[in-house]
Amino acid sequence: MIAARGIRVRLGRKEVLHGVDFAARPGEVTAIVGPNGSGKTTLMRALTGEVDYEGTVEIGGQDIRAAKGWELAARRAVLPQATTLAFPFTVVEVVRMGLMTGAHGDDATLPSRALAEVGLAGYEGRFFQELSGGEQSRAHLARVLVQVWQPVDEGGPRWLLLDEPVSSLDIAHQLEVMEIVADYARRGGGVVAVMHDLNLTALHADRIAVMQAGRLRAFGPPAEVMTDAILSDVYGCRLRVSAAPEGPAPFVLPHCAAPG
Amino acid sequence: MAADTALAAPIADRRPRARRATVGLAVFLAAVSVASLAIGASGTSLWGALSTLATGGELSQMERVVLWDIRLPRLALGILVGAALAVSGAVMQGLFRNPLADPGLVGVSAGAGLGAITAIVLGGLLPAAMVASVGNWSVPVAAFLGGWASVILLYRVSTRRGRTSVATMLLAGIALGALAGAVSGILVYMADDRQLRDLTFWGLGSLAGANWAKVWVAGPMILAAVGASLLLGRGLNGLAMGEATAHHLGIDVQRLKNGAILTVAAATGAAVAVSGGIGFVGIVVPHLLRLATGPDHTHLLLNCALLGAALLLLADVIARVIIAPAELPIGIVTAVLGAPVFLWILLRRRGMVDL
Ligand SMILES: Nc1ncnc2c1ncn2[C@@H]1O[C@H](COP(=O)(O)OP(=O)(O)OP(=O)(O)O)[C@@H](O)[C@H]1O
Ligand SMILES: [Mg+2]
Repeated sequence: MIAARGIRVRLGRKEVLHGVDFAARPGEVTAIVGPNGSGKTTLMRALTGEVDYEGTVEIGGQDIRAAKGWELAARRAVLPQATTLAFPFTVVEVVRMGLMTGAHGDDATLPSRALAEVGLAGYEGRFFQELSGGEQSRAHLARVLVQVWQPVDEGGPRWLLLDEPVSSLDIAHQLEVMEIVADYARRGGGVVAVMHDLNLTALHADRIAVMQAGRLRAFGPPAEVMTDAILSDVYGCRLRVSAAPEGPAPFVLPHCAAPG
Repeated sequence: MAADTALAAPIADRRPRARRATVGLAVFLAAVSVASLAIGASGTSLWGALSTLATGGELSQMERVVLWDIRLPRLALGILVGAALAVSGAVMQGLFRNPLADPGLVGVSAGAGLGAITAIVLGGLLPAAMVASVGNWSVPVAAFLGGWASVILLYRVSTRRGRTSVATMLLAGIALGALAGAVSGILVYMADDRQLRDLTFWGLGSLAGANWAKVWVAGPMILAAVGASLLLGRGLNGLAMGEATAHHLGIDVQRLKNGAILTVAAATGAAVAVSGGIGFVGIVVPHLLRLATGPDHTHLLLNCALLGAALLLLADVIARVIIAPAELPIGIVTAVLGAPVFLWILLRRRGMVDL
């Protein structure tokens, strides 16, 4: 369980989150959606303890303020929205950094397996900075996967906290990565992912948190929160939710240009 | 999936190559050390002395002075200073996440120099008993404090929210270097004749004044700094992805930064205190090694210590023989060899050093 209560965050002179209650369960994919600037990344950074916040964040019942850095690193891995890399590391060297906590010893095959998982088999020796944007994003995902490779260990379920893991990917890799992530949850791990693509979210998320201007506007299973009214209001444009041609997932169509 | 293509990876794991490099560099260092002992202005022969010793004979007074009191401390000091300069360069570059961050370039050496000059000049004003109790330590400790203050100031000025601005770092470094240089200049005016002689000698950047006292003073600080730097490797690797990601990986970022800053200050301070400002070792050595074996700090730092020591000894040998019987300040040799390499780095990385 990740439980965040009453999260307030100030950045600069501005209060960016105004008291957010958020929870995610292991075994589920919990998505965070919302317009640009609504506070998704900030909420994520509170969950990882990266920004100062009021309120409490607990992972597996432990207050993250009281946890040591390496304890947290063994419980959860984090994919930031934007990353930098100084120095010409190769892809496998970057992925290997996920092993830093020593949780798996130095299982030499793990980085290559994670790279194959994200569709980058054979990229080990390439220079990271010479990959395309989407390839870099997937390589970082491999690093994150390696850090918490087993979804459950003796300390309980482990977590993937992913800020826009698929935003720079083509459609095939979007589906592939969401499948990896959903599989991680099926095997008992927990996933929190910031998403922009509502249809992809509806397809893979068990619960969706909808952020609006620093507050949690709605939080529940896709069928509950993905309604014309909520989405149109949150995004400030007319959106129509219908049933997908196949399957139970809702399906969002933009109607911004159409008269309403 | 296409896992078999993994075999065709263009660069295999670079760690074995780095380990071989460590062995090769150790051998290279040993060879240069022998050369440094064997070559010198006086005609004393290392081989002659060794064969005398081997056959149970006594060394002549001359041999003993030249080998034991002149060449050996110079060798030891060269190894220490070379390792210190290269390692402090590599650690500083890791800390600032930038290959141009060199203590010499961004004013840290100047700050350490200011500390050293302060100790030399103001030391004369202190009561003699106090000077005697601090002894030789006052200069390197003051240099350490000067270097420490400089790194902290630089980091504060150039790093916002975990990101270091190259432009701010270099410009702040120029300002810092100029300020430290100006204050040093004022202090030099206050110096008396004996102190002036100390200062000129020191300012040239040279190993010529090497003696055992300097080795004992600089040795512990440099060995501690180089040893401590070897513990920073993993942390500096993580830091290459930024402070936030390093934190996510479980690295105690604050402790890492403090450790790196202290390491740089101690190594730079001790090196500057005993040898003045010897430039370019800290930027050229880490860069060459990153080209050869990659930027992984878990092997980069040790290899930097070895290559830095070997190259500084080599530069010292060159400085001693090129205009023999006179000798060139070693700082001139490292600048002549290092500055072109530095320019070459800039040219190669033009795209990445965006100011
Ligand atoms: N360091 C900062 N200082 C001041 N304000 C900030 C800072 N970082 C973010 N903000 C503000 O906080 C608000 C929330 O930002 P956040 O990054 O959480 O948005 P987001 O929902 O992740 O948006 P996006 O979809 O664009 O990634 C924005 O209005 C942003 O301008
Ligand atoms: Mg964001």
